[in-house]
Amino acid sequence: MDILRISDLRIGFTVHGLAREVVKGVSLRVPAGKTVALVGESGSGKSVISQAIMGLLPRAGAVTDGEILFRDPLSPRSVVDIAALPPEGEGIRELRGGRIGMIFQEPMSSLSPVHTIGNQIEEALLLHRPMPKASARGLIEAMLKRVGFKNPQRAFDMYAFELSGGLRQRAMLAMALICQPALLIADEPTTALDVTIQAQVLDLMRELQAEMGMAILLITHDLGVVANMADEVVVIFHGEIMERGPVEDIFRHPRHPYLKALLNASPHFDMQEGERLVALREARPRPVATAPAPKPTADAAPLLAVRNLQKTYVTGSRGFFGKGSLTTIKAVDNVSFDIRRGECLGLVGESGCGKTTVSKIIMRAITANAGEVIFDDGRERVDVLGLEGEALRAFRPRIQMIFQDPVSSLSPRMTVMNILREPLTIHDRGETAEQTDRVKALMQDVGLDTRFLNRYPHSFSGGQRQRIGIARALALDPDLIICDEPVSALDVSVQAQILNLLKDLQAERGLTFLFISHNLAVVNYMADRIAVMANGRIVELAPRHTLFTRPVHPYTKALLRSVPFADLDRKLDFKLAAPGGASDDSHWGEAFRTGQDASALTHLPLGDGHYVLARPNADVREMVP
Amino acid sequence: MLIRYILKRILIMIPTLVVTSALIFTVINLPEGDYFETLAAEMQAQGEKADMSRIEFLKQEYGFDRPPVERYFWWVAGLLQGDMGYSFEYQRPVREIVGDRLLLTMIVSFATIVFTWIVAFPIGIYSATHQYSWGDYGLTFLGLIGLAVPHFLLALVFMYFANIWFGISIGGLVDPQYLNQPMSWAKFRSLLEHLWIPVIIIGAGGTAGMIRALRANLLDELQKQYYVTARAKGLPPGKALRKYPLRMSLNFFISDIGDILPSIVSGAEVVAIVLSLQTTGPLLIRALQSQDMYLAGSFLMFLSFLTVIGVLISDIALALLDPRIRLQGAATK
Repeated sequence: MDILRISDLRIGFTVHGLAREVVKGVSLRVPAGKTVALVGESGSGKSVISQAIMGLLPRAGAVTDGEILFRDPLSPRSVVDIAALPPEGEGIRELRGGRIGMIFQEPMSSLSPVHTIGNQIEEALLLHRPMPKASARGLIEAMLKRVGFKNPQRAFDMYAFELSGGLRQRAMLAMALICQPALLIADEPTTALDVTIQAQVLDLMRELQAEMGMAILLITHDLGVVANMADEVVVIFHGEIMERGPVEDIFRHPRHPYLKALLNASPHFDMQEGERLVALREARPRPVATAPAPKPTADAAPLLAVRNLQKTYVTGSRGFFGKGSLTTIKAVDNVSFDIRRGECLGLVGESGCGKTTVSKIIMRAITANAGEVIFDDGRERVDVLGLEGEALRAFRPRIQMIFQDPVSSLSPRMTVMNILREPLTIHDRGETAEQTDRVKALMQDVGLDTRFLNRYPHSFSGGQRQRIGIARALALDPDLIICDEPVSALDVSVQAQILNLLKDLQAERGLTFLFISHNLAVVNYMADRIAVMANGRIVELAPRHTLFTRPVHPYTKALLRSVPFADLDRKLDFKLAAPGGASDDSHWGEAFRTGQDASALTHLPLGDGHYVLARPNADVREMVP
Repeated sequence: MLIRYILKRILIMIPTLVVTSALIFTVINLPEGDYFETLAAEMQAQGEKADMSRIEFLKQEYGFDRPPVERYFWWVAGLLQGDMGYSFEYQRPVREIVGDRLLLTMIVSFATIVFTWIVAFPIGIYSATHQYSWGDYGLTFLGLIGLAVPHFLLALVFMYFANIWFGISIGGLVDPQYLNQPMSWAKFRSLLEHLWIPVIIIGAGGTAGMIRALRANLLDELQKQYYVTARAKGLPPGKALRKYPLRMSLNFFISDIGDILPSIVSGAEVVAIVLSLQTTGPLLIRALQSQDMYLAGSFLMFLSFLTVIGVLISDIALALLDPRIRLQGAATK
């Protein structure tokens, strides 16, 4: 029996008097108790379909044709056409939350910050199943316990901002499932979460599905998640369905070129040395560089040497006279690493591990408590943290940064010309005419048309904006570029373009990258060596290949285990994920745990530039698999 | 937790008031000379012979031969004991001159705030939920007029039309026979009859500003994911609107209390002159012109005190309403 049957659905949007069809005759079905994945890039119309099922289309949009038939397993004889229901009427409101639950991508913003978790769940419950508050509370606490809250009584009265991202998404699940719906719509439910937390939340969804027998419509762009979760797959592109079928068929015999291209565009762990990602749509061709940059010699001094970096933050309630319970958080704890000239060093870790803090210290955006950063380009040695005033200003062009969010990192009130010229003006590079020429050359370097120079950032797509950000970072010919999650806000296909662009630029100019990311597959594609950070410390550092084939530290292992592969033969082992997250060191082996004395851990060399953070007396031979 | 927060807010008021008092004192003393020199100059200009020895005596009597810092401390010490000083011009203690007028000022200000809220709230909600409708455009247009027209001009227009159409004079806050009378029911009723005109005039600008701000705020909140979540639970639209976005945009409403007080009070001063209201406005402006130091200073201090209290109230209300302000930064995490 199909819970949901959508046939020939068409949805149109009217913006500024212009009608545009975003969903063009989509048909799909969701069988009872099964998971159907709806896969596509942003703008493909997948979220609009989910909004239409909930009757929550934005005001500008409307279903123009087709039907959305919902058959409730509790009353299988009656079929409701959701597309025909009035959008704010009684009928659709009964289904919403009652028979169809929904969870969203951003667990922070989907919960109200000023109401307790319990209050928000209770509202959903009492709306559809009126009952005394006391028994409601009992049901809700049982549900909170079921989704993994250790202390449901306490969680009931907590606010969303007091919870971590993973717990917030669990609270959302509890809210969506409290009325035991027949269908759960999950719109990118784990995209904003770390890999280990993602594995836990996906696991929870599967368990709850098995218990409650509901169907799941899973909307995602991550083929790894699809391979691990879905029974059936529907691939959508520009509002049209490209391919659909059981997950086995889709992954083993992809027929449609779009799906094949999608599979080729996502970085994965089995890529050959030197293999390139194939972007869905090749970007504008770039002029070929005249001569490749000379390969750096390996024995030269490192371009950047970071030693014993420390940064602590003090949080907690501060009394008026500075008293009160203060906690010191070590954001960066004794971090040391080298970046060799011309290499790409990957820095991996879950959110909150301190990787961005390290980059900000190197950029001199925040001040470290202790440690030193030595920059050595072969001609001079600079103590970066000791620079002041004019010397610091003169040094700044040497290290530049590419940011995560291509929207907020470009001023909306400046043209591309002004954005790219600003660094040149600040550092007095050349006359106006020279600067203009330089800006044009930069645009070509990153594969953008020079005719775009007078446009404002809003008229560009996310990928194009990120190119502008890259051009800006290149403007001053830096030696080192810090890339802070440069592709995590982009679609798979655009991500492939940007990663390829960065690789090409590096090869042509001999650039050195510090590449920060939480996405292991991306780091695997980009980096020569990888440093893994947890709880403010670097727990393992190794050449790329070594790290992925012979990880030693339990944290690295947990991270690698939690990455979902777009491969049906290597499904995630959900049970291996540690309940408190991978960075909870109580699950690490004795040899890796901080003892009484925090300084007891050191970086043990395992050969070939492979280091792991462990007790000095730990047996090295035992650790290497 | 909450009690400590409130205590902290109250303690922060002290340095604020100290700085304000120093600023007020300095600014009043900035122009050349003092009240007595201005008086002497005025008398000489009118051809009268100024009694210089008397003026010297007065200067000594009021401590004007002392350095300003010392006078400042005398003034502050007096204020702390509830002594607002002595007005040179009226030759009476400040408290006597100001007393009744302060009460009227407070009534006008309070009524204006309430008026602002009552009008701005529903209009703001309507505009936000009916964005780009004719109603929204019309109200926006009215609001922009309210923002753009200066208070005194609005007052003059009101007076003109009230005279032309109804043949009444709308000046003053009470009918003339109640002036300088103790408060009574009859006087109170007369006050209410007169109150609405200055309240509308003074409140027009603030109301328009608040409608704009509330509309913008609410439009932002309506885009937020949690509002979609609320509707995805099956809440009826009205209830979802009231419980989530409206509640969030209240934050701004409340934190605006502190901002709105000074602007209402200063706007009221000008309107009070045009409409010849018996509030403190005309008095204050005259006192500043003649450098009647203690009258002007004590008076401004009192207004600052009111403002700081307003901010305190809004801070406390915010903490009660928004758990993020109450709980964030707490060590329990």
